[in-house]
Amino acid sequence: MNETIPVQPEGFYTEDMTISVGPQHPSTHGVLRFVVKTDGEVISEALPDVGYLHRSIEKIGEKVTWHGYVPYTDRADYLAAMFANQGFCMAAERLSGTEVTRRGEFCRVIACELNRIASHLISVGTFGQDIGAITPFVHALRERESINNLMEEICGARLTYNYIRIGGVGYDILPETCARISEFLDHFEPIVDEFNRLLSNNKIFRERLAGVAVISLEDALSYNLVGPNLRGAGLKWDIRRDIPYSVYPELEFDVPVGSGHIGKLGDSFDRYWVRIREMQESCKILRQCLKMLPKGPAIAKVPRKFKPPPGECYVRVEAPRGDMGFYVVSDGSEYPYRVRIRTGSFTAMSIIDKLSKGIMVADLIALIGSLDVDAPEIDR
Amino acid sequence: MEAKAIYARLESQFPGKVGGFKEDVLEPYCLVDPQAIVEVCRFVRDDPALKFEVLSDLTALDWPKDEKIQVVYHLYSYAFKHQLVLKADLPRDNPAIASVENVWKVANWFEREVFDLFGVIFEGHSDLRRIMLPEDWVGHPLRKDYVEQEEYDGISTQRAPLVEKLLR
Repeated sequence: MNETIPVQPEGFYTEDMTISVGPQHPSTHGVLRFVVKTDGEVISEALPDVGYLHRSIEKIGEKVTWHGYVPYTDRADYLAAMFANQGFCMAAERLSGTEVTRRGEFCRVIACELNRIASHLISVGTFGQDIGAITPFVHALRERESINNLMEEICGARLTYNYIRIGGVGYDILPETCARISEFLDHFEPIVDEFNRLLSNNKIFRERLAGVAVISLEDALSYNLVGPNLRGAGLKWDIRRDIPYSVYPELEFDVPVGSGHIGKLGDSFDRYWVRIREMQESCKILRQCLKMLPKGPAIAKVPRKFKPPPGECYVRVEAPRGDMGFYVVSDGSEYPYRVRIRTGSFTAMSIIDKLSKGIMVADLIALIGSLDVDAPEIDR
Repeated sequence: MEAKAIYARLESQFPGKVGGFKEDVLEPYCLVDPQAIVEVCRFVRDDPALKFEVLSDLTALDWPKDEKIQVVYHLYSYAFKHQLVLKADLPRDNPAIASVENVWKVANWFEREVFDLFGVIFEGHSDLRRIMLPEDWVGHPLRKDYVEQEEYDGISTQRAPLVEKLLR
């Protein structure tokens, strides 16, 4: 650094140390970097440096057809590809006035909620690993593996699904698969309790998180935190409940919010705890969907040459990392005029600079983990 | 509040600065005079009848035919569950607008992204640097007339299609 070093009378002096955390660091979950200035163990500034995973997904959107763009949306957030699929398809449907079939809507919800559980498992699992608990990570990944198998059965892919299409879903969910999903739920619900015994109720884990990196509601709004991070700060807001889409109004589920029951409202533990409870809510939703799954076609008839009339719309879906917004503009041609993807991780990342002032290096890791930022989703 | 009522309120509060209200579209929007963007944003955030606490999205659209770049603000109110879309038209050859960073903190990063990908200058921004691309990148990719540079840092950005090579 080119700052002048203050020399003290005795000839001793102290100096801030600048450390680069990442881009390849286990706690950064993907490729992102922090330039951290520390005074011993205390951080005075942590500047996020992003863009390592920028794949210009928005520009690609202007070069491919509407149908052809769906596989690209998978890559916006590869831990929760289903939601980006759904967001883009909902925007295209809204622009063109396409009706989704009822069975298609239920298939979407089933696939999305399975994906939400998988994504949250990665989040809480890696979070434990960052804090120093290796075992829960393995347990979480084992459960996610079963979901991956189910996903493979549903759509043939384990990570980048390309399942939700304009007008419905690519493949119908078979009765055998429904049986296996229900079997998985029977198995998974007790696992959440086991996971709580293993990690959430662990004394060391709790003490590492309680009261650490508290986000006030005011900050959460100003920095536009969304999803579990916003709910962790105490606002009961869920797009599925408050700006209903798909068949969510027909389903019953709670929206978990942070309560600060072991530390302060809006601390790292609240954000973590919201995710754990959301997995349980997703199980509830899945059980209802499997019961209500109607008969009929899984996809509506949509022309191959898809040309929505000129116009624009902004569509929100509740992804695991919160409000994912698709701002899609059509000029009436075969290609979208502009596709903008607004993601939860991007805004969550921007608050780290503010929160990191004055916390310990170890707490920075807890902060990054608790915000559940996902590098591909930041950079797109 | 209904979209129409929101825009009527804005138009009476800022006569001549807010206009071009479009209602018969999927998402109604109105145009704001770029000079007045900060005061309009501060008003809609603080007004007890509007309460737009969050800036959901800030992005831009490039319209080379009309020689303009449009900065688009999507605002949302959790209290009243209503949305507002503001657009500001900027000249394409020298797009500049005041930053709304002091109204919503999140605008800091959104504006950096728009600066990076569209080349819009946000006046009064505390840290206007590229965010996605390297600092020495040339051009702003999301502009419609963007041409990729042939090489970056001595490394070619062009690759011969692999399949054609294999077929030969």
